[in-house]
Amino acid sequence: MSSVSGLVVEMSAKALKLNIPLSVQLDLTYRCNERCIHCYLDHDDHGEMTTAEIKDLLDQMADAGVFYLTISGGEILMRKDFFEILEYARARTFCINLKTNGVLIREKEAQRLRELGVERIQISVYSHRPEVHDAITKMPGSFRQSIAAVRFLREQGLRVTMANVLMTQNASDYQSVKKLAEELDARFIIDPTITPMMDGDRSILSLNVDQAALQQVFRDGALVGDVEEFCAPPRGVDAEALDMLPCSAGHTACYVSPYGDVYPCVQFPLPSGNVRHTRFVDIWRDSPQLKEVRSITLREMPSCSKCTHGATCTRCPGLAYLEGNMRGPSSQDCEKSYARTGIPSENYKKRHASPQSTQSLKLVQIQGLQPAARDFSAKAQEASPVGA
Amino acid sequence: MKNYRYVARSTAIAARALGDETMVMSATDSTLFTLNEVASVIWAAADGVTPLDEIVAKKICTQFDIAPEVALKDAETLVEGLAGHGLLLLSDQPLVQPPSSRGEAL
Repeated sequence: MSSVSGLVVEMSAKALKLNIPLSVQLDLTYRCNERCIHCYLDHDDHGEMTTAEIKDLLDQMADAGVFYLTISGGEILMRKDFFEILEYARARTFCINLKTNGVLIREKEAQRLRELGVERIQISVYSHRPEVHDAITKMPGSFRQSIAAVRFLREQGLRVTMANVLMTQNASDYQSVKKLAEELDARFIIDPTITPMMDGDRSILSLNVDQAALQQVFRDGALVGDVEEFCAPPRGVDAEALDMLPCSAGHTACYVSPYGDVYPCVQFPLPSGNVRHTRFVDIWRDSPQLKEVRSITLREMPSCSKCTHGATCTRCPGLAYLEGNMRGPSSQDCEKSYARTGIPSENYKKRHASPQSTQSLKLVQIQGLQPAARDFSAKAQEASPVGA
Repeated sequence: MKNYRYVARSTAIAARALGDETMVMSATDSTLFTLNEVASVIWAAADGVTPLDEIVAKKICTQFDIAPEVALKDAETLVEGLAGHGLLLLSDQPLVQPPSSRGEAL
């Protein structure tokens, strides 16, 4: 009998073979009751999908084979129809994970979430110190409310993850947040990467923690397990590695925005279609943008295929895209590879030899689908030879 | 001697067909199961109102080369196992499904 993780791997491989979108993140809204300093979203409502549109999309996604559904935002409970949508999604038997700040979750909401059989709820907690957490969210009292939500959810027996995004403001707090999670019987995860805003604005990248903080995280056995293995020197690129796919984005997973835009991933804002104009399954199968993403293996990446970190790098194709070339390196992952192993990639050396290049990186501005689709082939041709 | 005739999918599950197999996860304890092609047919037909022996006769024996008595015995083992994990409900009376537990694209 296979283990659960073995089954998940097996099912993912089958989904890849059958071209099934096993996993989707659906953002219901970009509106939020917090104003986190590192947030990559614009919080205005530019025309969210209606309840009926979302229910129709859920039907389409179920029929297309989506099993894992992450419902996120913005703050999901800012939608008055949140529980109506969630109930509908559960009726279509999705396995549902929620991402929320928890501020609007009290006993009644926690009880409803339990009744609906939600798989897991992820709540962002930035620090164990209320003043630090509240300064990051720019919402006084938010720490107290988020922690209260964790308690309400745990009292219902729901599985909770406390997600700790690391930035300069809270770099030294993660161990205490982890301890707090243990006290609350919640899972703890840490994310040491601040990503650019979805409109291409990179100003918030200045919040990223420095190399020393990254190295501390990557050498913390309580977080990474076997430190020696995690921080092992790169093993170079062999023939097998050259055929590796970067990640599940566009292969077995995708993202749908509150406006119906489909992207390979929430962190990979390449406009690939809109469910208001085209059926979800047709976008998934026929979108030229998603086909392009699927065609990219390590072999197709001019710089990364030659990099000593190529086979073991956590390179995010979305971050590479946001730097201007989805076949190029993701400089933030070059930073992480260096922090893990102490061995710099060529891209890392180049960037640190001429810091000016950091400022001159081409920004990919998010645009409407039609202009993006028209420009796509030109962009791809333009981007490829640049490499890194 | 079995004391049930009807089988119905629980509402406390997540499920989806994946090719000719079916992924089923218990919403109670997150245990993940995969059902093979034959089990997937029974799962899809477990509407609470069609007797198990009728499901086996009409959906299994017509599609797969298997003797009816063997098929029924295997089906009983399967549904009792899934019921033990809370994925299926068994009853000697028809089980009227609430609207939220309709079959999923199987």
